[in-house]
Amino acid sequence: MAHHNLATPLSEEAVRQLKVRDTVTVNGHIFGIRDATQIRMFDEKQVPPVDLKGAICLHTAPSLKKVGDKWEKICVGTTTSIRMERFTPPLIEKYGVRAIVGKSGLLEGSLEAMKKFGACYLAIVGGAAALETQQIEEVEEVYWEDLHPEAIYKFRVKDFGPLIVAMDSHGNHLYFDVYSQAKQKLPEIYGELGVA
Amino acid sequence: MAEFSYQLVEEVAKELYIRALKKLPPDVKDALEKAYQKETNDTAKGIFKTILENIKVAEEENLLICQDTGLPIYFVTMGSKFPVDGARVVKALTKGAERATLEHPFRGSSTHALTRVNPQTSVGDGLPVIHWEFDEEASHLEILMVPKGSGSENMSAMNMFIPADGVKALKKYVLDRVIASGSKPCPPGIIGVGIGGTADLVTVLAKKAIVRPVGSVNPDPQLAQMEQELLKAINATGIGPMGLGGDTTTLAVHIESAYTHITQNPIAVNTQCWPARRARAKIYPDGNVEYGF
Repeated sequence: MAHHNLATPLSEEAVRQLKVRDTVTVNGHIFGIRDATQIRMFDEKQVPPVDLKGAICLHTAPSLKKVGDKWEKICVGTTTSIRMERFTPPLIEKYGVRAIVGKSGLLEGSLEAMKKFGACYLAIVGGAAALETQQIEEVEEVYWEDLHPEAIYKFRVKDFGPLIVAMDSHGNHLYFDVYSQAKQKLPEIYGELGVA
Repeated sequence: MAEFSYQLVEEVAKELYIRALKKLPPDVKDALEKAYQKETNDTAKGIFKTILENIKVAEEENLLICQDTGLPIYFVTMGSKFPVDGARVVKALTKGAERATLEHPFRGSSTHALTRVNPQTSVGDGLPVIHWEFDEEASHLEILMVPKGSGSENMSAMNMFIPADGVKALKKYVLDRVIASGSKPCPPGIIGVGIGGTADLVTVLAKKAIVRPVGSVNPDPQLAQMEQELLKAINATGIGPMGLGGDTTTLAVHIESAYTHITQNPIAVNTQCWPARRARAKIYPDGNVEYGF
């Protein structure tokens, strides 16, 4: 369980050194994306107006308010990632995204893409939006504004985390491990509960 | 006595929504603190540390604990010694929830079920959810506000077992639901269980179970024992906080029950996340308001 301070954009080398259960703190930029963003990218085949190479993408629909030309944060939290499973392999392969920040993890397709192209999944503590909002210094840009709150947000972050490496680029998947360990214990737990 | 102000109910409904989103009840905070202290898994310990820090930051900086401000649910208890106009209370709660959303402001999540159009008000047809209860002895109006996020609510489930399946099937159902839900409901929160009643009643019972303070015990010894057995079984899975492994998968299991039909054996599970938010107010006839959890 090592701790890593990462600066964005991420290199393949930086991602390859991460192992499940390691913790990560990020400085630099994180891009907020969500369902609607990726429906436009992959189902409607539109290319986003920003380079995502080496990017860290966060699954979010932020509460922001626009004051003049500037977007100000109200509350930025993280949503469940699994709805975005089918978009993640092309996001990694085609756009060069190196890390996804989310909650609850992704599935085998994403894990495979992470292994092949050098990317990872960083678990945030779901529900802890007060901290997350504080660690975002500024909403620098909003692309595809018509999709707000599911546009593309360029957040400048300071000491963002700690995040937990839950899927690494070596094929390890912490959620799957925890689930299979629970399954293994299940006969004993059923026995104890008298429901076997 | 001056005429009771329904405008006051509206203000209280608004205030309760905002309060609930920013400050967790002491019983929930204590349970999370205890879970942090006894956690033996390093990853989980780190998660608890973040959770506790988030609660502190939200309180100190007046921030929302979680971005999912949920759907508003109000439990209203009307005292027989202070009867009020229910229809006007419904209007006041609806307006209060809408005003909280617009005036704070925060993201509204209420959405038309088919068109998916979101009015950004947190209300709409059928919302807020309002449950009515009555207290013969009370001389005040009590309002309990629960903002329910979707991560946990989406893991809710109900099933109509048959009597021959027995209590065994009910216990197994709860445990299996928790395992299947894994990390999605932002554990460790509260597992609310409804047993008995009809299909509609059993789900309301499960919801009532999640709004009970952590540490409360069902007064029926048989159900109290079942709560303890299930708590132990769920935490033995090792799913842990945020589903990343650890000693505490749930802070509490609460069961509420009702009589059912001779041919029925219903169960419902309502899952609550670690930000088990709720805020309560008692409104007295003189206009005095007492806030709590």
